[in-house]
Amino acid sequence: MWKSFHQFASPPHFYRLAGYLIPWFGVAALILILVGTYGGLVLAPADYQQGDGFRIIYVHVPSATMSLAAYTLMATAAGIGLIWRIKLAHAVAAAAAPIGASFTFLALATGSLWGKPMWGTWWAWDARLTSELILLFLFLGYMSLRAANDDTGKADRASGLLAVVGVVNVPIIHYSVEWWNSLHQGATIIKLGEPAITGDMLWPLLTMMVGFGCYFATVLMIRARSQVLQRERNSRWLKDL
Amino acid sequence: MSGPLSGFGVVLARDLRLAFRRPGEMANPLLFFILITAIFPLGLSPEPELLRAVAPGILWGAALLSSLLALDLLFGSDYEDGSLEQLVLSGHSLPVLVLAKTTAHWVVSALPLVVVAPLLASALYLPQEAWGTLMLGLLIGTPTLSLLGAMGAALTTGLGTGSALLSLLVLPLATPILIFGARGVDLAAQGMDPVGPLYLLAAILFLALSLLPLAIAAAVRISLD
Amino acid sequence: MPCSDGTGSEGMLSKDTQEILMQAEALELWRGERCLFRDLSIELPEETVLHVSGPNGCGKTSLLRVLCGLSEPEKGEIRWRGRSIRNDREDYQQAFAWMGHLNGFKADLSARENLAFSVSLRRKTDNEVRNNILDQVGLTSAADLPCRVLSAGQKRRLSLATIMLSAARLWILDEPFTNLDAKGRDMITGLLNSHCASGGTAIVAAHQELGVEQRYLQHLEMEDKS
Repeated sequence: MWKSFHQFASPPHFYRLAGYLIPWFGVAALILILVGTYGGLVLAPADYQQGDGFRIIYVHVPSATMSLAAYTLMATAAGIGLIWRIKLAHAVAAAAAPIGASFTFLALATGSLWGKPMWGTWWAWDARLTSELILLFLFLGYMSLRAANDDTGKADRASGLLAVVGVVNVPIIHYSVEWWNSLHQGATIIKLGEPAITGDMLWPLLTMMVGFGCYFATVLMIRARSQVLQRERNSRWLKDL
Repeated sequence: MSGPLSGFGVVLARDLRLAFRRPGEMANPLLFFILITAIFPLGLSPEPELLRAVAPGILWGAALLSSLLALDLLFGSDYEDGSLEQLVLSGHSLPVLVLAKTTAHWVVSALPLVVVAPLLASALYLPQEAWGTLMLGLLIGTPTLSLLGAMGAALTTGLGTGSALLSLLVLPLATPILIFGARGVDLAAQGMDPVGPLYLLAAILFLALSLLPLAIAAAVRISLD
Repeated sequence: MPCSDGTGSEGMLSKDTQEILMQAEALELWRGERCLFRDLSIELPEETVLHVSGPNGCGKTSLLRVLCGLSEPEKGEIRWRGRSIRNDREDYQQAFAWMGHLNGFKADLSARENLAFSVSLRRKTDNEVRNNILDQVGLTSAADLPCRVLSAGQKRRLSLATIMLSAARLWILDEPFTNLDAKGRDMITGLLNSHCASGGTAIVAAHQELGVEQRYLQHLEMEDKS
């Protein structure tokens, strides 16, 4: 078990495996997102309160979910890299950060677009939007710390440590923001995606979420592969390739 | 060598002695705290009603910002003169030593804020009932800020990036402290029971005390590699 | 890029009766694109001074920092009296004293205070012992000046004083002769000799000859790989 774990974590093995998996995940992402988009924009009925405006949740909710998933994955990979000194795990963490930041940004942008017709303002200090904003800064901090270290090994360890501390903090931040928000705004504002949702609205959403997940996996593997290429540029297996 | 804590006192005493050799620098966070607090009435209005409403946020925001002020020197000066590597190699448990350094930093930069906070609170028309909550909240909230700051400082030591990156790393992580601290004062000012947020601050402090010294020590090791 | 083997095992005399204090096995270290050393092994018995030499930039300081445990080698293991230093970091640290390029003194504290602090991290000493050492390294008259105003050579001497008081079995010294006058250099040679005579061991990176007795001396010549 341990041996196979290390074998999997060897860069050449990962490089080949990811190369094999990328097309599959890519195609799955494309199909699921197309189907989900059609289902969400055409088949699903308009919301009786929000009209067609609600349809933005088909992008907003999956990106918000993916942003959190990306942070968790990044921190887990960084933790594995720190504890077992596995460079591949650091490469995966480094690859995940910009994708996660993009998802976070997308969630913020769509949330703000949705807010204009619903709340009459581009930005409201809604608990989820605020949490996403802080998450964006966590991603940016991770990436800046990485960029500030010239040495890859040092960058891996320093930013990995930050990610691990951050992931312990994320639930606390989330909870504190929820609490802060509930204290100040009450339930007057409709929370995004929270009203009861019907089946024909739900399945496109789930499809989009799985599609976004596949898309995330695809881009992650592409980026991680290029990280591996960069890090292993002096090694023998790469020259044999 | 007597026990794992012997290094704690030695390092704490040295850092405090160093700080007292430069009383001018020592006063900086305190002056900064007072200045930030004074800037808000100038920018907003001298209206007591308004100031009373925003006072908890201003005081806690100012405390958060001043806790960032002297951080780059926390490990930076030791890094530059080589005493950081001597500490790392001293044969003591490094988490204990960095905790000593952080404690010294807290005593010098945050403890004075707790003491003058009521003065500033009265200047912002915060009702007297909330002063105790403010001081207690600062007393148990600022150590967490110092610990988080020390982690940021250790991660950026030797990078030459200055304090902008440090703030980017620390501020997002410190938001819960700001929220609970300010809200506690707010509740007390409205005559409600502030004990909930204070408990949460204490819980976060215990979590930070038990985990962050390990992270700071690891970050210091990385900075010397 | 090509990276030749280290020459660590050359010039090692077999000293069967002596305890092997430190072993470094197949160390490898990269700095960015450069391999500083690979397959470098060291065996350090007691009563030995290992003289590490080589051109500037060949990785002497990096090697010493790896041996201290400050830097993580890419590959390889270091053992102190048979136990990996990774598992027993604090034990190992108590066994050696490190003198790097930086002396590790606070500019605002006096020489006496700095010495007291450095030593008290390791063991208890009384004033008299410390004053004697300050006298030995020729700092009595400067002892109460803040380190800020000491000359580079005087700080080096203070550094030596902390090493002498450390009671460490292993000394790791990086360019100890820098900034020292002839008298100071002779003092280091004398210290190394008496350290070996009392069962200690040392690793010294230096460009010049150490001048220590031949029976203690071993060489490690590092090459420039750039």
